[in-house]
Amino acid sequence: MNINLKVWRQKNGKSQGKLVDYKVEGVSPDMSFLEMFDVLNDRLVSEGKDEPIAFDHDCREGICGMCSMYINGRPHGPNQGVTTCQLHMRSFKDGDTIVVEPWRAAAFPVIKDLAVDRSAFDRIIASGGFISVNTGNAQDANSLPIAKDNADEAFAAAACIGCGACVAACKNSSSMLFVSAKVSQLALLPQGDPERNTRVLNMVAQMDSEGFGACTNTGACSAECPKEISLTNIARLNREYFAAQLGSDRS
Amino acid sequence: MLDSKIPQGPIESKWTKYKSTVPLVNPANKRSLEIIVVGTGLAGASAAATLAELGYKVKAFCFQDSPRRAHSIAAQGGINAAKNYQNDGDSVYRLFYDTIKGGDYRAREANVHRLAEVSGNIIDQSVASGVPFAREYGGLLSNRSFGGTQVQRTFYAAGQTGQQLLLGAYSGLQRQVGLGNVRLYSRHEMLDVVNIDGKCRGIIARDLVSGKLERHFGHAVLLCTGGYGNVFFLSTNAMGSNVTAAWKAHKKGAFFGNPCYTQIHPTCIPVSGDHQSKLTLMSESLRNDGRIWVPKRKEDAAAIREGKLNPNDLKEEDRDYYLERRYPAFGNLVPRDVASRAAKERCDAGFGVNKTGEAVYLDFAFNMKYKYGKQVATLKHITDPTEEQLTAFGHEVIKEKYGNLFDMYKQITGVDPYKNPMMIYPAVHYTMGGLWVDYNLMTTVPGLYALGEANFSDHGANRLGASALMQGLADGYFVIPYTIGAYLANEISVKPISTDHEAFVKAENEVSDRLNKLLAIKGTKPVDYFHKRLGKIMWDKCGMARNVEGLTWAISEIQKIREEFWKDVRVPGDANEFNPELEKAGRVADFIELGELMCKDALERNESCGGHFREDYQTEEGEALRDDENFKHVAAWQFNEVGNWTLNKEDLVYENIKIAQRSYK
Ligand SMILES: Cc1cc2nc3c(=O)[nH]c(=O)nc-3n(C[C@H](O)[C@H](O)[C@H](O)COP(=O)(O)OP(=O)(O)OC[C@H]3O[C@@H](n4cnc5c(N)ncnc54)[C@H](O)[C@@H]3O)c2cc1C
Ligand code: SF4
Ligand code: FES
Repeated sequence: MNINLKVWRQKNGKSQGKLVDYKVEGVSPDMSFLEMFDVLNDRLVSEGKDEPIAFDHDCREGICGMCSMYINGRPHGPNQGVTTCQLHMRSFKDGDTIVVEPWRAAAFPVIKDLAVDRSAFDRIIASGGFISVNTGNAQDANSLPIAKDNADEAFAAAACIGCGACVAACKNSSSMLFVSAKVSQLALLPQGDPERNTRVLNMVAQMDSEGFGACTNTGACSAECPKEISLTNIARLNREYFAAQLGSDRS
Repeated sequence: MLDSKIPQGPIESKWTKYKSTVPLVNPANKRSLEIIVVGTGLAGASAAATLAELGYKVKAFCFQDSPRRAHSIAAQGGINAAKNYQNDGDSVYRLFYDTIKGGDYRAREANVHRLAEVSGNIIDQSVASGVPFAREYGGLLSNRSFGGTQVQRTFYAAGQTGQQLLLGAYSGLQRQVGLGNVRLYSRHEMLDVVNIDGKCRGIIARDLVSGKLERHFGHAVLLCTGGYGNVFFLSTNAMGSNVTAAWKAHKKGAFFGNPCYTQIHPTCIPVSGDHQSKLTLMSESLRNDGRIWVPKRKEDAAAIREGKLNPNDLKEEDRDYYLERRYPAFGNLVPRDVASRAAKERCDAGFGVNKTGEAVYLDFAFNMKYKYGKQVATLKHITDPTEEQLTAFGHEVIKEKYGNLFDMYKQITGVDPYKNPMMIYPAVHYTMGGLWVDYNLMTTVPGLYALGEANFSDHGANRLGASALMQGLADGYFVIPYTIGAYLANEISVKPISTDHEAFVKAENEVSDRLNKLLAIKGTKPVDYFHKRLGKIMWDKCGMARNVEGLTWAISEIQKIREEFWKDVRVPGDANEFNPELEKAGRVADFIELGELMCKDALERNESCGGHFREDYQTEEGEALRDDENFKHVAAWQFNEVGNWTLNKEDLVYENIKIAQRSYK
C-alpha cells in the first residue's frame, strides 16, 4: 500500500511546529504503525535531507505506555482498546492520508516532534499513589483473603499503562481517568484502606497543580483509553474525594 | 580462580547466618552515603526504594520517560515462589533443586538457595504494596504451573504479572521520590562508570532531552539495566533494551559471565516480514492449556502452508504432539530450551505450518472444550452439554486466564486464536549471561554491583519460566539491602568525591569524544542496517544451534561489521539535542563488540548445556551433552581491548545436589 502522512515536526519545546507531508510506499498490511515510521525514518536518514521523526516507543507490545501518537484526531488511532504500537496497517487503505500529531495538553509539553513530557504523571503517583509499606513489613500474603470480585476489579483499574491518551482525548485535558484508576485500585483493596483519605486528597491536589483541566464527564477519555479503563473509576474517585474531604474537615 | 565469597556452613543456614553477621551501617551514617541505581525495572525499582527506606541517599536513572516503563512491565506469565499454598509438595529445597536442574547444572548453589529462601517474602511484599494477583473464590491467591516443574508455584495477574509487580515496585519508588529520599533521573542514559583508586565512584549520564553530559558521584553504583537479547536485533525485548551500561562497566574492569547463554523462548509470534522490528512473546503460561503440534505427514504440512488445508480439519490421529510424544513426564511443560529445539527440529524436518515453514501450532481447542467446558457444564448442572456449549463455556474460562494474550495475538496477526490454533516459533527472549557477580552481587570492580537480568547469577545455562521476576525482586528487595552493608560499612568515612575530580573529567571527555565520533562519520547507512546484519549472524550462528565452523565465521564477520560501522554509519542531528538515532548508534556499537564475545564464549565452551547447544555435542537422541569434567565452571571474561579478552573461571561446586544428565522424559 501507499500511504500519505502529514506529520507534526517541531525541533524542540521552544520552537514552532508544523505539519509536513511524507509519502511512504510499499507498506505491508502486516506492518505495525510504528514499523511504517521505522521505514520512513530509515529513508530520511539515508537521504540525509530531513532529520528522522522523533517519537516515543519502547515495548511495542501495548504495555509500557510509551508510544503516544494522535492519529487522525484520535489518540492511538482508529481502533478501540489498542495502543499506537499495536495498531497495524491493515486498519488503513491504500492511498489513505493520515495526520499524526503529538498529545496536546499544557501539562504534557512537546519535547520534539511527536514526543512529549509526561513526568507530571510520575509526580501524581509520588504524591500518594502507593501503599506505605516498607520492605520487610509484610505479613504472609494469604493471611489477608480478598474477595475475588474486588481483586478482579482492582486489577482492571491497575491495568492502566500511564500513556496519557485520556488526557489527549479530553477537551479539557483532564487526567481524571488516570488518577481515578490508581485511586480505585488502592481503594478496592484492604491494604489501601488506612491511607485512602490522604491518598485521594494529595493526588487530586497534585493533579490540579500540574495544570490538568477539570472533568466535565464527557467520557472521551474512557472511549479512547487503550486499556478500556472504565468511567466507574471516576465516579469512585469522586466519592472517595468527597468522603475524604468530610473526613478531614471533621478531624 | 575467581572468589565468589560464598559464606561457609550448610546451605540451609548460609544466608541466615550471613544476615546476622554482616556489618551494619548505623542510621546516621546511612544518610551520608550515596548510592546510584541505574535502571528502574523490578531489580532497580525495588533496590532503590528499599535502600532509600533504609536511609541511604539514592539517585535512580532510567532511559525511558518514566521508571514505570522499564521492560519488566512486559513480563506476562508469572512469578515463582516456594509458598506451597497448593499443598502439592513444594518447598524451598524443591525450588532450589528445580532451578539448578533447569539451569543444566551451571548455576551457583548458594545463590540459588538464597533465591528460593526469599521467594515467599516477595509475594508477601508485593501483596502488601497492592499488587492485585489472581485469586480464587475463597479470596486466597491462585497458582499455575510453569515449565520444568511438577508443582504449581507460579503467582500471576492475568497475562500482566510483570506490569503489576513493576507498578507495585514503582509506587514504592515514587513514594521515596515524594519523600525526597530518591532523586529520579528519567530520560537519562548511563554512558560510563567512573572508577577512582580501584573503586567505582560514580557514572557519566546523558540527559536525553538536552543531550548534556552529567557527572554523578556515588559511594556505590548498582547496575540494574536488564538483559542484552537485542544483540539479535529481533527479540522479545523492548526496542531500547541494551547492553550499554553493562558493557561500559565491562570495559572498565567488570568481568562478563557466560555471555553465550541465551534463552530462546519457544512460544513467540513468528516473523511476518522484513519490516519486523521486534518479536512478541506468547507467555509460557499458555502451555498449561495449549498443546503443541505439527502434522504427522509432510504432505499435510505442505497443504497447510499452501492454504489448502485448515488445521482444524486435521484429524486427531494425523497430528504429532511431539512434546507429549518425546517427553511424556513433562509433556508440553518441558523447559524452554528443550521445547525450542524440538520446534526447530520439526520445522527443519519439513513439518512447519506457516508460509516460511517456521511455525508450529499451539492449540487450545482440546482443553477449552474438554477441560474447562466440562468443568463449567458440571458447575451449571448440565449433564449432556453439546459440543458448542462446551466450546462456549471453555471460551469464557480461557478468556479470563489469557484474554490479553489472545487479544494481542489477534492484533498482531489478524487471526482469531479462539477459533484457530495459534502459530508460534522460538525467539530470543532472555540472557542468562551478564556481569559476573559474587555472593554479594558485587562485580569484579569494588563498589560496582549488578542486579536482575544484568547479572549472570542464578539461572545457569537456562532459566525456568517465572524465575526472572523472582530474581529481580529478590536481588532488589531482599539481597542487596544486606550485602551492600558489607561494603559500605567500610566507606562511612569517605566524603563525597567532587565531580571535578580528574577521573570524572576524563570519563566525560571519553564519552563526549565517542558521541562526536559517531556523528562525524556521516556515512551512508542508518544504524539499523548494521544492527540487522549483526542480528542475522547471531541468530544463524549463535542461536538455537551452534558449531565450530559457524562461530568462527561469525567472529570474523562481526569484526568486519564493526569496521564498516565505524566508517559508514550515518547518525543525523547533533549531540546537544533529543536524538534517538544517536542513542541507538551508541547501543549498536556496543552490541557489535558484545556479539563477538558471545561467539567466542560459545566457541570456547566445548559442550552443550541448557540454551547453549553445540551440534557437535549431543546425545544420540539429540539432547544436550554436557561435559562436567571440563566445563563445570562459569566463564568470566576480562576485557583487555576491543576484540581481546582473557578468560577467567569460577569452578562450580555441587555439594547439595547430585549432578546428573537432565531428563524430562
Ligand atoms: C516479553 C517478556 C515476558 C517475560 N515474562 C516473564 C515472566 O512471565 N516471568 C518471569 O519471571 N520473567 C519474565 N520475563 C523476563 C523478565 O521480565 C526480565 O528478565 C526482568 O523483568 C528484568 O528485570 P530487570 O529489572 O533486570 O531489568 P528491566 O526491567 O529490563 O529494566 C532495565 C532498566 O534499566 C534501564 N537502563 C538500561 N540501560 C540503561 C542505561 N544505559 N542508562 C540508564 N538506564 C538504563 C532501563 O531504563 C530500565 O529502567 C519476560 C521478559 C520479556 C521480554
Ligand atoms: S487511563 Fe487509559 S488512557 Fe489514561 S493513562 Fe491509563 S491507560 Fe492511558
Ligand atoms: S511502545 Fe509500549 S505501549 Fe506502545
